Order: sequence, then C-alpha cells, then structure tokens
Amino acid sequence: MKQYFSLFRIRFINGLQYRAAAFAGLTTQFAWGFMEILAFSAFYRANPAAFPMEFSQLVSYVWIQQAFLALFMPWGVGGNAVEAIVSGNIVYDLARPMDIYNRWFFETIADRVSRATLRCAPILMVAFILPPSFRMALPSNLWQLSMFLISAVSAMCVVTVYCLLDYMSAFYTMSRYSAIFVILADFLAGGVLPIPFFPAPFRKVVELLPFAAMQNMPLRIYSGNISGTDAVRGIGLQLFWLAVMLIFGKWLMKRSLKRTVTQGG
Amino acid sequence: MITLTNINKTFKIAKRQAGFGRAVKALFSREYTLIRALNDVSFSIADGEMVGYIGPNGAGKSTTIKIMCGILTPDRGECVIDGRTPWRNRVAHVREIGVVFGQRSQLWWDVPIIDSFELIRDIYKTDAKTYQNSLDELTALLDLSELLKTPARSLSLGQRMRCEIAASLIHNPKILFLDEPTIGLDAVSKIAVRQFIKKLNAERGTTVILTTHDMQDIEALTRRILLIGKGRILLDGSLDELKKRSTERKTLVVEYIGNAPVLCEGMTPCETREGRVVITLDPVILSVSDAITRLAAQVSLTDVSVLDVSAEEMVAGLYKEYEI
Repeated sequence: MKQYFSLFRIRFINGLQYRAAAFAGLTTQFAWGFMEILAFSAFYRANPAAFPMEFSQLVSYVWIQQAFLALFMPWGVGGNAVEAIVSGNIVYDLARPMDIYNRWFFETIADRVSRATLRCAPILMVAFILPPSFRMALPSNLWQLSMFLISAVSAMCVVTVYCLLDYMSAFYTMSRYSAIFVILADFLAGGVLPIPFFPAPFRKVVELLPFAAMQNMPLRIYSGNISGTDAVRGIGLQLFWLAVMLIFGKWLMKRSLKRTVTQGG
Repeated sequence: MITLTNINKTFKIAKRQAGFGRAVKALFSREYTLIRALNDVSFSIADGEMVGYIGPNGAGKSTTIKIMCGILTPDRGECVIDGRTPWRNRVAHVREIGVVFGQRSQLWWDVPIIDSFELIRDIYKTDAKTYQNSLDELTALLDLSELLKTPARSLSLGQRMRCEIAASLIHNPKILFLDEPTIGLDAVSKIAVRQFIKKLNAERGTTVILTTHDMQDIEALTRRILLIGKGRILLDGSLDELKKRSTERKTLVVEYIGNAPVLCEGMTPCETREGRVVITLDPVILSVSDAITRLAAQVSLTDVSVLDVSAEEMVAGLYKEYEI
C-alpha cells in the first residue's frame, strides 16, 4: 500500500505547483457558477411550479459542483496515462513491479484531490457569504452530510474507473483525444444540467446509467434533493457501477497489455 | 541466468500508401504487413556477464530487451530468467531487474530528482538502509550530488542520463538492461557512463546486457557480442574472435630512409611515396614480424605501425557480409 501512497504523494506535490492553472480554474468556476445560477433564477422566476428542484437545492448543487469540480469531472485528469500509451513511455511503467491499473487509478485520484484542494476553499468561502438567495446551505442534518461524504468518495471512484476505460481506449485508437466519451459522460452525469431537469421518460433511463452514479448522486444528496432511503439506494447504485466498471477495466487492461506493441527504441 | 529458446515475435503493421485516394480507400479496407521482428532467437547469458547486443536499426534488439523485461509477449518460444518467465510473472520479475531505455525518461519531469528516487524506492519496497547505501554509492560514482535537488526538466541530457541510470539501480537489481544508454551523450559523459557500468559489473557482479550503436561502448565494455540482424542471431562470440574472423588482412604503414624496399609475396602496396609505404598484409602467407624483418633488412625503418580494423569497420563489414 505504501507504494500507492508514495505515488499519491508525488502526484499531489506535482499538482500543487501549478498555481497559475489553479487560479485560472478558480476564475472559470466562479464565472460558470454565477452564470448558471443566474440563468436558473430567470427560469425559476418565470414559473416556479415547472421547476423540478427547489431553487435553494439548485444553488447548493451548483456551488458544490464548482468547488469540487476536479473530484468529479470526467475529462482533463490523468493525462499521463494516455500520454504513456501514445508515446510508448508505458514501457517504463511496465518495467515496475506494480499493477498498472491500480497505479493509474491512484494517480488519477491524487490528481483530482490535489486540484480540488487548491480550488475548493475560496469557492466555498464565497458561496457561504453570498446574498441569501444565492447562498450555499449546509446539509439539513448530520445523516445527510455523512451520506454526502460516502457518496462523494464513491462518485470520485466511479468517474475514475470510467476515465480508466477512456485511457485504455488509447491502446486501440492511439489518440490523445476522446471527446465524445467525456462529453457524453459529463452531460449524463448532470454536469451541465441536473438530471431532475431531464424530460420524464428519458430521465428514468438516465437515473439508472453508470453516469448517474457520478457527480449526480453526491450533489443531489448534499442539496437535499435525494434523502433518506433514496440516498442509501443511490449509494448502492454507485457501488454496483463501481464494481462492474472495475472488473471490466481490469479485464480490458489485461487484454490490452497482451497485445501491446511498443515500437521504436 | 538468462536463457532464450526459439523466441519468435511478429508484428502486424497497417500499411498505407501515399495520396488522398488511397487514404480514403484505407478507411474501408486495410492492408497489413507482417514483420517478423524475431525469428528463432536463442542464446543464454550467465550471471555476472556483460554482453553487447548489436545490430542495425530495426534488427530486433529492443524487441528482445522488451521480451526479457516482460513488456512484450512473444508469439512462440521460451525465455527463462532466474527461473521466471518474464511475461508470465511480470511483477515478480521486474522487481529483480533494472532497465534503462536511452530514448525515454523514467524521471518525473517537474519534481526534483530525489523525489523520483524516493518514489522508485517505495515502488520497489526497498528498505531504508539499502536505499541509503545505494543512493550514497550511486551519488558518488555518478557524481549526482549537485543534481538531486533539481527537477528533471532543468538537466542537460548527460546529467539526466546519469540520473536515469541511477534510478534503474536504486533497488539493486541483479540484471541490468541498457537500451542505448549513451545515445546523444558527449564524449565526457559517455566515458563517465562506461566507467560506471564497468565498475558496477565488477563490484556488484551485476549482469549487464547492453544494446548500442556506439562501437566504442562495445569496445570499452563487453567481451561478448551478440549480433542480430533481420530478427536472427547471426553471431555470438568475443570481440577479439570477431575481429580475427572479419579481418584476414592487416595494414602496415612504414616510414623509412633509403631506396624503396622490394616487396615479397603476401605484401600488396596500396600507397607509395618517397620515404613512406602503406602495405596490405595477408597474415596467412606472411606474419607481421616476418614482414618487418624483411623490410628492416632492406631499409632503415624510422616508423612502423600496424593497423587493425576498428570495431566500427568490423561491424560495418559484418552487416555487409550478412546483408542486413
């Protein structure tokens, strides 16, 4: 386990030094958060009855999402793995006494946590002191908060095992980009629009997909949109998809490595 | 102990011809070429040996190294290294070996070298004491003390290569694979790296397998050479043996005072001018000492030098001989 911790550590140190990137990210997330909330508030004012979430829930949803974007986003993390595959540097990873799947998993998690660490505090601070209607609220009780924490960790793991599948597609495509994969995941996970806003029949299907086990779950639990036994069931869904994608990912890795060819030098 | 028996590896490469029309066609039906990278490769290397693995580009050197490191799975054949089959027990196997790919980097680009080293220590689960000894030794031998706190991106190629080699040896491996370790290095760095490898082999008894295009590496380091071409092992022997084999002829450069000497059988003049003659000698007919005696009897010699072929020429000759 120590080796994974060290990997986590170096990746964390590595992530912390990109201050300019953190600052730029912070600005984007503020701007995005405000825009989103303002747009939704216009809709809400037009017809509160047609609004599928309470407005206060939506505000918390957006701020938590922006504060912890790096934990849940399906793109832009763990670029090293794809680079290693495409450039062939994976030979060095293979020359280490370590399981590559686990290695990439921990590296991606470390990447997420280091980025979130740099960015979450300022966003949370501001979100808690905004005027009341745009202010982020705390979860209604301790139970809800602990459900949120469990669900957040699960969501991070789910999106990471999904990303690993995405990295592994580079074994076959030899491409650094896999835009469709990630945009689809982001949309269906409620990254652009919370899932309650989806039209009814479509929404029923989406709620069961692995993407619903990503940011959708912790954000809605935090905001109180999902609570009680629904939250427990939601976490169950997360663990189910985590297990499925983990097993599939490990199998795919084994298969990919067997047919990997590293050319040139 | 490393034993390879009839290792075969074929790569399937998608072939595409130039031009737009053909590029569109290739979207629908692809042509593949099969490249036989390794064709019944067999050899064995004993513990503590230092072996130079040479051959032109694309001969299969790196493929062999990657198979021995457990990175590639061959199509057929067996490879047993200290009782392990590399691609079957990859994790257990790579713990015991070190590998340097001269054209790639294993150091973390943006963090100080020492952080990379510590990560490697933890990955290999090297205990603190062994690590410290190893690090001290490597720092002294490779002159790293100034470099350890610098991020890899700020190092020169030569400095980085020294760090790369150190990084591959932190866990004290029994076998070291070096895939073009001196590529792109200046003369001073090359000599430093060579001396280090030599010392490592002598003191730790590490088995070293080295691929290179630099014949000076081979001359300085290895007694045994494996020549590979078109996926086959063509020669396996000592550098001296190969030299003998590839050169029947020697070149004699003679400077003298007096009249031009009369050459006897076995000597062919290739360059003559006043006071100097260059002779090609066939040692089967006439030995070098006999030739000098004959010449000395006729003229007063001021300078005689016997030229052997260099490893460089020898290998070029071998490539030509085997048409690879």
